[in-house]
Amino acid sequence: MIQWLNDPGNWTASGGILDQLWSHLQYALFALVVATALALPVGLLIGHAGRGRWLVTVANAVRALPVVGLLILLYVMLAPHIHGRGDTVYLLPTEIVLILLAIPPILASTVAGVENVDPAVRDAAAGMGMRGGQVVRRVELPNALPLVFSGVRSATLQVIATATVAAYLGLGGLGRFVYDGQASQNFAERDAGALLVAMLAVAADLVLALAQRYTVSRGVSGRFSRRTLVGDPVATADAPPSTHTA
Amino acid sequence: MRFTRPAYIHQRAARADEVADSSMVSARVSGRKGKGGGLVIRFESVSKKYPDGTLAVDRLELVAPSGEITVLVGPSGCGKTTSLRMINRMIEPTSGRIWLDDRDTATVPTHELRRGIGYVIQHAGLFPHRTVLDNITTVPELLGRDKKETRRRALELMERVGLPAHFAKRYPAQLSGGQQQRVGVARALAADPPVMLMDEPFSAVDPVVRAQLQNEFLRLQGELGKTIVFVTHDIDEAIKLGDRVAVLQVGGHLAQLAPPAELLSDPSDAFVAGFVGRDRGYRALGFAEAGRLPVRKEHAVRLGGGLGEARDAAEDGWVLVTDAEDRPQGWLRTDRLPEAALPGPVTAQELNLGGTLAPETATLREALDSALSSPSGRGVIVDGAGRLLGTVTASEVLTRIEQQRVADGRPPARDAGLDAETDVGRDDGEGGEVV
Repeated sequence: MIQWLNDPGNWTASGGILDQLWSHLQYALFALVVATALALPVGLLIGHAGRGRWLVTVANAVRALPVVGLLILLYVMLAPHIHGRGDTVYLLPTEIVLILLAIPPILASTVAGVENVDPAVRDAAAGMGMRGGQVVRRVELPNALPLVFSGVRSATLQVIATATVAAYLGLGGLGRFVYDGQASQNFAERDAGALLVAMLAVAADLVLALAQRYTVSRGVSGRFSRRTLVGDPVATADAPPSTHTA
Repeated sequence: MRFTRPAYIHQRAARADEVADSSMVSARVSGRKGKGGGLVIRFESVSKKYPDGTLAVDRLELVAPSGEITVLVGPSGCGKTTSLRMINRMIEPTSGRIWLDDRDTATVPTHELRRGIGYVIQHAGLFPHRTVLDNITTVPELLGRDKKETRRRALELMERVGLPAHFAKRYPAQLSGGQQQRVGVARALAADPPVMLMDEPFSAVDPVVRAQLQNEFLRLQGELGKTIVFVTHDIDEAIKLGDRVAVLQVGGHLAQLAPPAELLSDPSDAFVAGFVGRDRGYRALGFAEAGRLPVRKEHAVRLGGGLGEARDAAEDGWVLVTDAEDRPQGWLRTDRLPEAALPGPVTAQELNLGGTLAPETATLREALDSALSSPSGRGVIVDGAGRLLGTVTASEVLTRIEQQRVADGRPPARDAGLDAETDVGRDDGEGGEVV
């Protein structure tokens, strides 16, 4: 397997590792962007209004469906309605499966994130004259962000792992090596493919962790520089902040 | 024993209206209320009935006069918070109207109404993701005010509520409860609203910080003159802070609306009497100035002076010790001093710090407390700079209380016959009086 990975030809050839890595990333990214664009606003609305929680339950139930079974079912259902246009007939069912997989974690964690915002904070926001949308954008979303990120990250891991099945329908992606290696009994190629998927997933998670670090307010994540905490003169006679011990 | 007097309540309500009207007129004509001024808040037969049938507020008639603190107080479930939240329409009344001056709140869009009303709640409700400064500038930002000016004003407000400027960049999680509440008050004041609603703002902090916040709040209100409606379940807080106190009864009835002193001296019915508490007679003394108390000269010794000299100066085994500037430091017990110690000096460690000090402008309550808390039985009176003026005894303060009752046309409260009174009465002429 190491040998297979060390062969520069396997990387740069047409249909080689770099090509498939790029395709894999595209499949996954597209699904994640669409899923986030759907689940995030809906999750914010459910959390804000405190209604429609059943949608989260339904979304979670979808997760129980077997991926490959669903893929074949969608292909069979959609294929007769799609004519020409290259890979569309394979891409559409694949992306639908990936999107369905990505929605539940993002939706559930967004709803939980908004619900976890201190009721006093929401009360103050409304009481100071923020409109509903302003409360969501300026208060609920920033405070729900750590949980939203945890949902997106868990969805990302799952989608990148599952995008392997694109190759099942004859598309590209790192799954190509897994399926081809298995079929041709080239186990080094198969295992290398699996390893590459795992590494891509970890790399994507690191990128998201970094993004989280820069978008979540320090006031929410609790990452305070030591300088502001240690040996700080508290000018008022109030009790010192409890975070001193942190 | 108190009896219910329904007719009396009506009388009071009518009187409350008069008070409100007159202050409203004077505020408008003379413009004497601070720069924010203040609107009059008027409840007109306001009721709130929840879908489950609970009547939270029942035809409430109430006026919160301009530039004053009106406290709503009552037990849990009396509808005080509901009443407060109906003013900024966080809760919509089922019937009735609430007016801000001549504006019916129901006719104003809610977000617009709320941006013009300061709102402070129990746990401050600061936005965790925003810094102290950003929290304070929330409402001016919503109103689209100039950023630079808003920032400048926010920093000024921080100073006013007792927060050092370097707190501006901090997050709420880095502050103590008391500090958070200061930010909460600054945030509510940022857009300079004429009206402030405060829902148990000080009840989540410890008693020492609470007392401090209350005092600073009163000082701030003295400068700003906002119309404030303040909700609390703590009758002591209500009496301390309120210009007028509205006692609400479970089910949302207004039981009495009166200035604190009147609430204590003349509760309108058994419910109010029970709610204001057993020691209301004593607490009412907190509203009566002691005036010219007969202060006796006290032979005090200096800290660092000789113990022997202290023993000779002592009266009834106790001598008052002051510092070099005549400020009382504590009491020294001399009748138990071992002979061997007498050549030594008076040190701070040996002092009893039990007594409270009363200023010469003391209320009767402060003066009496000073006497009662003093280990020697002699209450220490000090001047504005904290220097010793002399001492009073409890019976002397009681005499003053009796005299004031007589002056008020009420029968003296003596039954037990305080023999000391006659003596004190004589002393009154001779002893040095505080001028």
